[in-house]
Amino acid sequence: MTHTLSEAESKRVLAAHGVPVPDERLVADPGAATVAAGAIGYPVVVKLCGAGLAHKTERALVRLALGDAAAVRAAATELLAAARPADGPVELLVAPMVHGNRELIAGLHVDEQFGPCVMVGIGGVLAEAVGDVAFRLVPLTAADAADMLDDLHTQAILGPFRGEPPVDREAVSAVLLGLSQLAESDPHVVSVDVNPLIVVAGRPVAVDALVEVE
Amino acid sequence: MTANTTRFAPLFEPRGIVVAGASSHPGKFGFVALHNILRHGYRGTVYATNRDGGDILGVHALTSIEQLPDGAVDLVFVCTPAAANVELMRACAAKGVRAAFVTSAGYAEAGEEGRAAERDLVACCEELGMLLVGPNGQGVVSTPASLCAQIVAPFPPRGRIAIASQSGNFVSSFQNYAVATGIGVSRAVSAGNAAAVTVPDLLEYYADDPETAVALAYVEGVADGRAFYERVRAVASRKPLVLLKGGTTRGGQQAAASHTGALASDERVFDGMCRQAGVTPACSVEEAFEAAATFATQPLPRGTRVAVLTTAGGWGVVTADAIARSELELVALPDDLRAAIDAKLPPRWSRNNPIDLAGAETRDTIPEVLELMARHDEIDAVVYLGLGIQSNQARMMRTGRFYPDHGLDRIVAYHERQDARFARAAADVSAATGKPVLTATELAVADPENPGPREVRETGRLCYPSSNRAVAALEHLWRYARHRARREQE
Repeated sequence: MTHTLSEAESKRVLAAHGVPVPDERLVADPGAATVAAGAIGYPVVVKLCGAGLAHKTERALVRLALGDAAAVRAAATELLAAARPADGPVELLVAPMVHGNRELIAGLHVDEQFGPCVMVGIGGVLAEAVGDVAFRLVPLTAADAADMLDDLHTQAILGPFRGEPPVDREAVSAVLLGLSQLAESDPHVVSVDVNPLIVVAGRPVAVDALVEVE
Repeated sequence: MTANTTRFAPLFEPRGIVVAGASSHPGKFGFVALHNILRHGYRGTVYATNRDGGDILGVHALTSIEQLPDGAVDLVFVCTPAAANVELMRACAAKGVRAAFVTSAGYAEAGEEGRAAERDLVACCEELGMLLVGPNGQGVVSTPASLCAQIVAPFPPRGRIAIASQSGNFVSSFQNYAVATGIGVSRAVSAGNAAAVTVPDLLEYYADDPETAVALAYVEGVADGRAFYERVRAVASRKPLVLLKGGTTRGGQQAAASHTGALASDERVFDGMCRQAGVTPACSVEEAFEAAATFATQPLPRGTRVAVLTTAGGWGVVTADAIARSELELVALPDDLRAAIDAKLPPRWSRNNPIDLAGAETRDTIPEVLELMARHDEIDAVVYLGLGIQSNQARMMRTGRFYPDHGLDRIVAYHERQDARFARAAADVSAATGKPVLTATELAVADPENPGPREVRETGRLCYPSSNRAVAALEHLWRYARHRARREQE
């Protein structure tokens, strides 16, 4: 049987393998959320966080661009109230509002025929519809990671884009190599989704992540 | 010689062959196989067996293997029924036969009984140390030995492409292309059920084979994905390997928990595996053959910068579009090259890449411009369009009622000479510079005897039937070159 880790736990696992994640705080209640938001700096994002919450967006459990303490407190209160008994224990994840025009997706998948493989592609909510992705088998080399980015059809997204610098290919490659290391070091990991992997000033940040383990 | 080379020598370089189950009926496999071996001039001694003896195609048929001289035969080509074959293998081994190509059906493809027969055959050959190819295969070709032990497929010209396939029909398709294009083959094997020798086994042999420059394979199912990956990667690290894949798209994935899982179609993972291994994946038989033919006949590009030479505008435009859609780059025409061409042409040429001569060329323009392009440091590859058009006109003149009067004989001869010269110039400048120079015209298929495409074949190169197909082949070479270069850096 497999189960998913919470977003916070998923990111902790990924960060240990060099995947850049935002400066986030996991808190228990609305009061602590406002303290965390103050420390991070406004605007912030507040999300309900728990091992049973694999699909937060579909249930509107993410509140974006909260500009002050009152907004954070109200959002945190609503999110906790939206939790269902089936969700199990939940907490609040307070994160900086990350801005970037480009969203990538990265992940791990265990293929029936070829075993664990790493993916990168054009991300965001349209990732599956666009389907511009590349796979490689674990373990990856730096050359494999570089090839993967070259495989993507939408190369324009990787260049200078709407006033932002080009995507730092080395930094994206480091994420892919980190995913490969994770698969090698922990055979219990059956899938990873990093979506979106937002490009901020050219560098990727894992804004949402989901790790599934056996 | 490596162990693998020694193991396959009796298959590809046999000192003698026996066709077991030769038939006097020209519709039977056992007749056709013997016919094709004799017809194509295999240089070793050919024997045949037939229950009733007799004379088949001038070969005195033996009634049993026991009548073979000792040590005269390396390869048995098996056309006998499955039930007879274990005993046949033992008799052959006793006479020094070291390899068997088994065409007989009635094995794993034919249900449980056949599977048991196949296991017995494999076990028997293992025990005897006999190389077993097939069963249920269409045959084996080895042009250095003038060996055409196959049915249906034509015997290809000698060349540097080695073919291994799980489907005999694709061996046939590839060899048809080899005959049509003149780009030859070193070895070809239809692995049939691949009960013992598999496609990766053959590919590993091809990697060692000095007769082979590029391997071309068709695979359907892959039993152990990881092992397959490791093996093809090792082959591709030594020689280009083009893989035509079948049955890799299983339609949509089953509902997956993750986006990554949902995006992981069999085809995408298979493609990624190929790229990682340095294997060239192809989706169609012509794409696969043309990629292999290009690896066999053109140097690898050192970069992406392509320049196009055309005698007319439209061809250049479409080619520029094809390059734009690829990972190649339509290089901005370097100033010094523009100036050098300006010195040779009136100002109506395009003065840009594609270099469109706009009909302004004179006798020596095309060879001279090809030379300038290929020798330029900022150009990695050249695509040349428009070969053969004057000979196309010449053909109309030559076959019309005014020929050879009115000066037609002279102009026809001039055009034909010029087109042959241009084709030769493209090959020569490629060889001199170590850069790919690809010539594309539909005349390659529309009129293969046009002196342009005919001379391309004479130079040992492929005349591409369209510029899009030339660009696709060149892109495959670039990807392979980049794969190698990136890994040499690591």
